[in-house]
Amino acid sequence: MAKISRRHFTAGLGVSAALGSLTLNGKAPFAATGKAQVVVVGGGFGGATAAKYLKRFNPKISVVLVEPSSQYATCPFSNTVIGGINKMDYITHNYDALKKMGVTVVHDLVTHIDGAKKSVKLAKGGDISFERCIVSPGIDFRWDKISGLDASTANIIPHAWKAGPQTILLRNQLAAMPDGGTFLMSPPLNPFRCPPGPGERVSLVANYFKKHKPKSKILVLDPKPKFSKQGLFKEGWAKLYPGMIEYHHTSDDGIVVRADAKAKKLFTEFGEYKGDVINFIPAQKAGKIAQTSGLTNKSGWCPVNQLTFESKLMPGVHVIGDASVASPMPKSGFSASAQAKVCAAAVSNLLQGQSPGTPKFVNTCYSLVAENYGISVAMVYGFANGKIIKMKGSGGLSPSGANAEYRSKEADYSRGWYASISQDIWG
Amino acid sequence: MITQNKILLAGMVIVGIAYVYQPANAETASAAVLANTCYSCHGTNGKSVGDMPTIAGKTKNFIVDKLKAFKSGAKSSTVMMRITKGFSDSELDAISGIIANK
Ligand SMILES: Cc1cc2nc3c(=O)[nH]c(=O)nc-3n(C[C@H](O)[C@H](O)[C@H](O)COP(=O)(O)OP(=O)(O)OC[C@H]3O[C@@H](n4cnc5c(N)ncnc54)[C@H](O)[C@@H]3O)c2cc1C
Ligand code: HEC
Repeated sequence: MAKISRRHFTAGLGVSAALGSLTLNGKAPFAATGKAQVVVVGGGFGGATAAKYLKRFNPKISVVLVEPSSQYATCPFSNTVIGGINKMDYITHNYDALKKMGVTVVHDLVTHIDGAKKSVKLAKGGDISFERCIVSPGIDFRWDKISGLDASTANIIPHAWKAGPQTILLRNQLAAMPDGGTFLMSPPLNPFRCPPGPGERVSLVANYFKKHKPKSKILVLDPKPKFSKQGLFKEGWAKLYPGMIEYHHTSDDGIVVRADAKAKKLFTEFGEYKGDVINFIPAQKAGKIAQTSGLTNKSGWCPVNQLTFESKLMPGVHVIGDASVASPMPKSGFSASAQAKVCAAAVSNLLQGQSPGTPKFVNTCYSLVAENYGISVAMVYGFANGKIIKMKGSGGLSPSGANAEYRSKEADYSRGWYASISQDIWG
Repeated sequence: MITQNKILLAGMVIVGIAYVYQPANAETASAAVLANTCYSCHGTNGKSVGDMPTIAGKTKNFIVDKLKAFKSGAKSSTVMMRITKGFSDSELDAISGIIANK
């Protein structure tokens, strides 16, 4: 009850804020109808950064951020919640700081982006028109690639690849699992959000089992021949969790073709595997709004001009973050935020009739193998011949065989990174 | 706010000068975007709120000396060598100036 009325209240706030600072069409008094120079769709890593940095570049630009939820739970560090190290509040942020900077935050869902009319349609009614739109809707799942599972079975076999209720569900299932049980996990095919994410999840579940359920096992069925930071993860697992993790790849029956949610089984080409807790992470594509508005191509992702992130399919609309094709950058929160800053600079310049400027990006993916054992992979990206390129000589992995002090330092820096990027985006 | 505008202006100047020094196969980035790449780890304007070192409130010389030492390996690091090797010396110089002026 209390929850519902609070939601209504928040919606009201969003709308009146929109009324306050936007030019109104004047019709419906409680619909967020109006216009802004820039409408940002989605308040995650990409969208929230874009809104904040547009205001930093030029506070006079009117910016409306449309995001359905008044709180945002990050996937980064959600594995620490699943592993029982942190609680949900550690990974939950809100939009107060953005509002203070003058961003109009409307808590609603965009149901259509119209590139010709230059406006977005809102679920609760009303349209907001824009000069330029920045879209960062994240991912959607390809349930069609696996038989026996769909959005409804995620209540039994969680993906926990969007943070929030799914994170809590997987955490609760692991907490309820008896000692001696099996955690069965299946990561997706490339490309997907956060390449080192499955390895970190395996690590932090192992860390939890080691302390609380030491007779338990982890079985991974991975359709890929190798995964991100594999050498570093496997080094850490051998040291910290010997004998606990069995990892199957493509060539040793790692390809899951079917699932039975009720029986808690995954079926591969050659065998069947039962899990007490199952975490199946489906293959992915760009968030639904990108699909339905015509921003995606056959690959299921959004092709963009990598200088400005302007869609190749819809002029005036920019797509950043996981949904965009920004290869060779990986799909990470760090990348999404870096792309947002570049895109905001370009949009700010374009609105003033200036050229967009040349981009430069950094990405670093930290992973925890345990509380005091961190590893990372980094890369600096430049721009040449119309494309994002890796800067030669930069980046790379943490060293293999490093001592405990080095791993411990990187674990501290991993938490430091999370604190900083959360502040840089929502703080 | 005002400083951000300064950066945009500074960006144009630097693009002009730094073309000469750019590494072989990448175009020179505008200064506006360069310093922003540091804030994901060091916090907005270099003010860290957690376990990362704060780089706000330091002089340009302090920052640029550290960056060049990370890049050459003279100063050991977990990640800064991997980061600084992706920037030209003139870019590191521009970034240090921007952060020192925050
Ligand atoms: C377990 C796990 C661990 C991870 N760890 C890391 C890590 O350590 N470091 C790292 O850099 N990355 C990490 N990631 C990846 C990171 O979470 C994503 O890359 C990042 O969230 C992408 O940002 P985005 O803006 O593209 O999408 P999101 O952050 O998902 O944001 C999308 C937003 O858009 C909103 N939205 C969607 N549709 C609409 C609509 N129609 N109208 C309005 N709003 C809409 C959603 O509500 C959401 O808030 C991890 C991911 C996982 C799953
Ligand atoms: C991936 C995270 C990350 C990014 C991105 C990053 N740094 Fe760092 N920085 C660190 C860490 C960690 C250290 C501590 C040294 C180490 O172990 O690498 C550090 C140390 C430093 C120091 C030394 C501070 C001191 O007091 O000794 C300076 C200066 C610095 N960074 C500047 C920068 C600048 C400028 C940028 C942007 C070009 C940047 N950093 C980008 C993580 C980062």
